[in-house]
Amino acid sequence: MEKRTTSFYVLAAFFGLFVLFLYGPTITIGILSFQGPQGGLTFPMNGVSLHWFRDLFQEQAVGDIWGAFRRSLALGLMVMVSTVVISVMAGLAFRKRFKGSGVLFYLAITSLVIPSILISLGVGLIFNQLGFKIHWATSGFGSQLTWTLPFGLLIMFAVFNRFDRSYEEAARDQGATAWQTIRHVVLPIIAPSLIGVALFGFTLSYDEFARTLLTSGSYNTLPLEIFGMTTNVTTPVIYALGTLTTLFSLLIIGAFLLAAWIMGKRRARAGSDAGQGV
Amino acid sequence: MTDLTGDTPPPETTAAPKRAGHGLGANLLGWLQAAPLTVILVGFLVAPIIMIVIVSFWGATEFSIYPAFQFDNYEFLFGSPVTYRVFLATFKYALITWALTLCIGFTVAYFLAFHVRSQTMQIALFLLCTIPFWTSNIIRMISWIPFLGRNGIANQTLQDWGLIDAPLEWLLYSDFSVILAFVHLYTLFMVVPIFNTMMRIDKSLLEAARDNGASGLQTLRHVILPLTKPGIMIGTIFVVTLVMGDFITVRFMSGSQKANVGRLISNDIALLQYPSAAATAVVLLATVLIIIAVLLRFVNIRKEL
Repeated sequence: MEKRTTSFYVLAAFFGLFVLFLYGPTITIGILSFQGPQGGLTFPMNGVSLHWFRDLFQEQAVGDIWGAFRRSLALGLMVMVSTVVISVMAGLAFRKRFKGSGVLFYLAITSLVIPSILISLGVGLIFNQLGFKIHWATSGFGSQLTWTLPFGLLIMFAVFNRFDRSYEEAARDQGATAWQTIRHVVLPIIAPSLIGVALFGFTLSYDEFARTLLTSGSYNTLPLEIFGMTTNVTTPVIYALGTLTTLFSLLIIGAFLLAAWIMGKRRARAGSDAGQGV
Repeated sequence: MTDLTGDTPPPETTAAPKRAGHGLGANLLGWLQAAPLTVILVGFLVAPIIMIVIVSFWGATEFSIYPAFQFDNYEFLFGSPVTYRVFLATFKYALITWALTLCIGFTVAYFLAFHVRSQTMQIALFLLCTIPFWTSNIIRMISWIPFLGRNGIANQTLQDWGLIDAPLEWLLYSDFSVILAFVHLYTLFMVVPIFNTMMRIDKSLLEAARDNGASGLQTLRHVILPLTKPGIMIGTIFVVTLVMGDFITVRFMSGSQKANVGRLISNDIALLQYPSAAATAVVLLATVLIIIAVLLRFVNIRKEL
C-alpha cells in the first residue's frame, strides 16, 4: 500500500472540520439542555440539572408538545407505509414503457423541487374553497407525500437500474406467475432498499415543516409546535425538547440502519433466498 | 446503465400479448401500478398549482377572498420596488450558498471517494455526513443560537483571544447567519450526488492519467472534475431550489430582519392576502422551473441514479 500523501492529511482535517460543523451546534444544545434552573440560553453553565427536561413533562409549561409528538409519530408512520408501497408500485411501473411515464417522471421531479410553501398554500386553498376540513391526517398527509414520494421513487430507480433481470426470467421460466415473481423474487431482493425508503418516509415526515404549515389544521405537528415555541419561549426548555426529539430521530435512524445491516449480513451468509418461496 | 424506458422491450409481458411492449396490456399494468403515485401527484401537486394560478387572479378584502379575473395582484407585484429587491436578495442567497456548498461538498466527496481506502470506512463516514439530514431542520437552526449569539461561544472565544473588544453584532440575525444555516443544512445535498458520481469513475482512468505524467491536481482538473459534472448538476438543482423556495431559514436566522421571496409569500399568507401570495408564488415557481429546465439540459437524472 502506498504512503499517505500530504494532501490526504489536509483533506482528512477538512473532513474532520466539516463533521464538527455538522454536529457541533447540536451537541452544544445537548449540553446546554442540562443547564441549571437559573441558567440561560448561552454558556456559561449555571449548574447542572434536569430542570428543563422536567419542565417538558409538566404540560402546562410549554403547550401540547406530547399531543404534537403523538400526531407526528402517527403521521410519520402513515407516510412511511404509504411511501414504501406507492414507491415500489411506481418503481415497477416505470420499468415498463407505459404511455405517459415521461410526464409522470417530470411531475415527480417537480414535486421535489417546488418550493414547499406552494404546496402548503395550494392545498390549503383547495381544502378551504371546497369546504373540506384541514387536518394533519388528510391535507397534511397528502402534502407530506409530495415530499417523500420523489425520494422513494429516486431510490427505486437506483435499485431497479442495478437489478439483475435474469432472476425474474429464471422464475418465469419455471412457471411463476407475474405476481409470484414479484412476491417471491423481486421483493426479497429489493427488501434492504425498502428499509431505506421507509427511513426517508418516516424521518422526512417527522421533521417536515413548510408543507405542513398551512395543511395541518388546528392540531400542530411537533415541528410546528417547536417553531411556535421559538417565538415565545426564551428558556433552555426548548433545548431540552430539541435534545429529546433529536435523540428520538437518532434512535429511529439507528434502528433502520441496523435492520438494513442485519439483512445484508444474513444475505451474505445465506445467499439470496429469491425463488425459494414458491 | 439501462434506461428505464429505454430501447429494450420490457420483459414483463406475462399479462400482455407476447409481441407487446407498447401493447395495451403492458400499458394497462403500468398505469395500474403508477396509479397511486399519479393520484397523489395530481391531487396534491398539480391541483394546488392550478389553484394557485387561479387564485392569483382573484381579489381580496381584509377578511376574505373573492373570485375575479383581474391582474391587480401582478400589477402590484411588478410595480413594487420591494419585489425586485427581494428577488435579488433571493438570488444572492442562492448563489452564495451554491458556491459554498459546492466547494465544501466537492472536497468532502473527493476525500471520501478517493482518499478513504476501506469500503467499510467509506460507508461509515458517508453515513456520518448524511445522518443530520434525517433530523429536524428547525432544531438544527435553533442550535446555532448558543454559538452565534451576543454572548455566544464565537464572541466569547474571540474576546478571550483579544481579537475583538466588543461582541460582534452581525454573527446572529444577519445575512451571515442565514447563509451559514443554509450551508449547514444543505451541503449534504451536494455531497451525496457528487460522491455517487465519483464512486462510478473507473479507477483505471486515474492510473492512466498518472502513468502519463499528470500531477494530482491535473488529474483532478482534467479527469475527475469533468466526470463529476452530472453529480454537481444534481446537487446544484437541489441546493438552488431549496434556497430559492425557503422562507423559514431566512425568517428564523435573520430574526425577521431579512427577506426573500418565500417570506414575501408567507407574510401575505399571515395577512390572509391569499391572491397576492398566490401571484408571488406563481412568479417564484416560474423562476425556479426556468432554472431547473436550464440545469436539466446538462444532465439526465435517470441515468445518474
